Amino acid sequence: MLFFSQLINGLQLGSIYALVALGYSMVYGIILLLNFAHGDIIMVGGYIALLAITAGLPTYIAVPLSIIGCILLACIIDKVAYSPLRKAPRISLLITAIGVSLLLQNLAQLIFSAKSQPFPSSVVIPKGSVNIGGFAISYTALVTLVVAVVSMLLLTWLVQKSKMGKAMRAVSEDMGAAQLMGISVNSTISFTFAVGSALAGIGAILYCCRYPQVSPTMGSLLGLKAFVAAVLGGIGSIPGAMLGGFAIGLCEVLVTSLGGSAWTDAVVFAILIVVLLIKPTGFMGKAMSEKV
Amino acid sequence: MKKFLSIALVLVLIVGCFAACGNSKNPAASGTDVPETDETPAVSGETIKIGLLGNTTGDNSQYGIAVFNGAKLYIDEVNAAGGINGKLIEVVEYDEEGDSQKAITGYNSLVDSGVAGIIGSVLTAPTVAAVSVAYEDNMPMISASATASAVTYNEESDTVYSNMFRSCFIDPYQGEIMATFAKEELGAATAAVLVNSGSDYSVGVAAAFVETCNELGIEVVASENYAGSDTVDFASQLTNIAAKNPDVLLIPDYYNIIALVAEQAADAGLKTALLGVDGWDTVADYVTDLSLLDGAYYCAGYSTEDTSDAVQGFISNYEAKYGDTPNMFSAQAYDAAAIIVAAMTKVDTEAPELEVGSDEYRQAVVDAMKATDADFVTGHVTYDEYNNPQKTAAIIGFADGASSFWGNFGA
Repeated sequence: MLFFSQLINGLQLGSIYALVALGYSMVYGIILLLNFAHGDIIMVGGYIALLAITAGLPTYIAVPLSIIGCILLACIIDKVAYSPLRKAPRISLLITAIGVSLLLQNLAQLIFSAKSQPFPSSVVIPKGSVNIGGFAISYTALVTLVVAVVSMLLLTWLVQKSKMGKAMRAVSEDMGAAQLMGISVNSTISFTFAVGSALAGIGAILYCCRYPQVSPTMGSLLGLKAFVAAVLGGIGSIPGAMLGGFAIGLCEVLVTSLGGSAWTDAVVFAILIVVLLIKPTGFMGKAMSEKV
Repeated sequence: MKKFLSIALVLVLIVGCFAACGNSKNPAASGTDVPETDETPAVSGETIKIGLLGNTTGDNSQYGIAVFNGAKLYIDEVNAAGGINGKLIEVVEYDEEGDSQKAITGYNSLVDSGVAGIIGSVLTAPTVAAVSVAYEDNMPMISASATASAVTYNEESDTVYSNMFRSCFIDPYQGEIMATFAKEELGAATAAVLVNSGSDYSVGVAAAFVETCNELGIEVVASENYAGSDTVDFASQLTNIAAKNPDVLLIPDYYNIIALVAEQAADAGLKTALLGVDGWDTVADYVTDLSLLDGAYYCAGYSTEDTSDAVQGFISNYEAKYGDTPNMFSAQAYDAAAIIVAAMTKVDTEAPELEVGSDEYRQAVVDAMKATDADFVTGHVTYDEYNNPQKTAAIIGFADGASSFWGNFGA
């Protein structure tokens, strides 16, 4: 019973990490950018959902609204901050990403104040639980798991089967060659940002239902953990990000349930270090020779 | 140029971020370069001066303003009733902006203006800085809000600052109160704690709670931690605690954490009564459904719902003067003023020959403060060997989706 509850806890936490890690991984895969503003896009998604729900909009409008908001924001960030730096050294891009992250956080602080605000989670997913074989699973956990798995299946289909997915894979393999083949690199990159941010938007809603509070800094630790998940799984690899997310979530819960709650974060980051020492590309990353 | 601009912008942002979080940890300066203050400035026979030291501008100034308002309300009331045996109290204010260095400058400036005692400072760091100098002068001093134990006790040199008092309770004391409350009022036999290991406040309260539980024979069956104030997931800790099913669970942290824990406790199947401390104040605004907290109790410095005459009188006088409901800091400042004025009145009555501001006068006031044993707005106060108040705490309870004042509890 205890094991089962903890397993559900871990899967729920892991699926949120995985959704966010996917955004990191996809963007990194295509333009080698560690998009540190990704966590803050989740924060913006949370605020949009909060504002929409408190304005009285029904859930089926508020949720898509927040996802669309995240997509728009990411495209704007890409156009304004990242695309002028496509040819610049990667370090400039990285610093810009940190700048965007700080800008979003401070902007949110300015508009909504630094205080955290309660999120009416029960409007989105009602409270309560279902019994499966004698084990109680809360609706939130169930919805989180189902939504995460469905999103990941959709994403896999999108990347592997659709034409846009083929373009994404081509651009990530070799940007120049892709352009020569007639692929519009810029719109492909924008599309990647959009997909990653849509996942961030979904993640934001699930996150706010599980942890019903929004604050300007809510994205930073979540973003960091998801980043670790992405690196653990092999940054740039989509199945790797999913695996990494679940691994981190389950690992955190495992450490806590074994009585090491004071050590949770330390163990997670220690595992990261060990994995990177033994297999620097992460679980599923491909070793790439540096292009000179 | 564009690159330079973006880097410059980033730098500005980063600097701005640090500037916003900085400013709280100026080291306390040593008292070596402080001017001699032994020669007593002339004090007129008509008035007694009391200094108010605190931060009324800058970050966290809401605390300083609340403290000044509370203290001035009491002093005005005393003056309206004829002052200290006919001598009116004159207030001298100094704004130290929450800065440790300025707190020392401010202390010296207040001493130069001839104050007989000081109420302040407000934040912990400036108070510790000021008391390091004030101890040399044996200046009677009382803080309404500095809760760290270092304010009255220097652990390094094992010195109790005998001249320094406070009207708020120290953090660990709340742990003792809640353990005793769990035993006596809730009949708890088993307890658990969920601690923010990144917060001195949380760790200190929990340690005192566990210690008192052991003394009282409450078995502590689970002790879980989380890493810091930005933690949001408590599910696995709560699942562990739920498996042990303790009678009470203490969570010494602030309202936003409590709101998250309350939501997840229900999911984890936890049916334990939650216990909290003064950081829980305003938690009702952060929980989406207040009935999640049913059965929980927390302690606070004071409650506006306390129906006693002292509290309600204080609230209505405060509202009449400032047009605002007094918070805990105003109430504690009102009491701080009451404690120091009572001591001065006692000295003035029993030893009128002592010259105000002289060494003997200061020692007499300090002794009188140490002997405090009376009822105040925020409860009954006596002082222990570390000059920390042994006082009652207001207990606020939750039932049927609402919070209400349970009563005052404790020594």
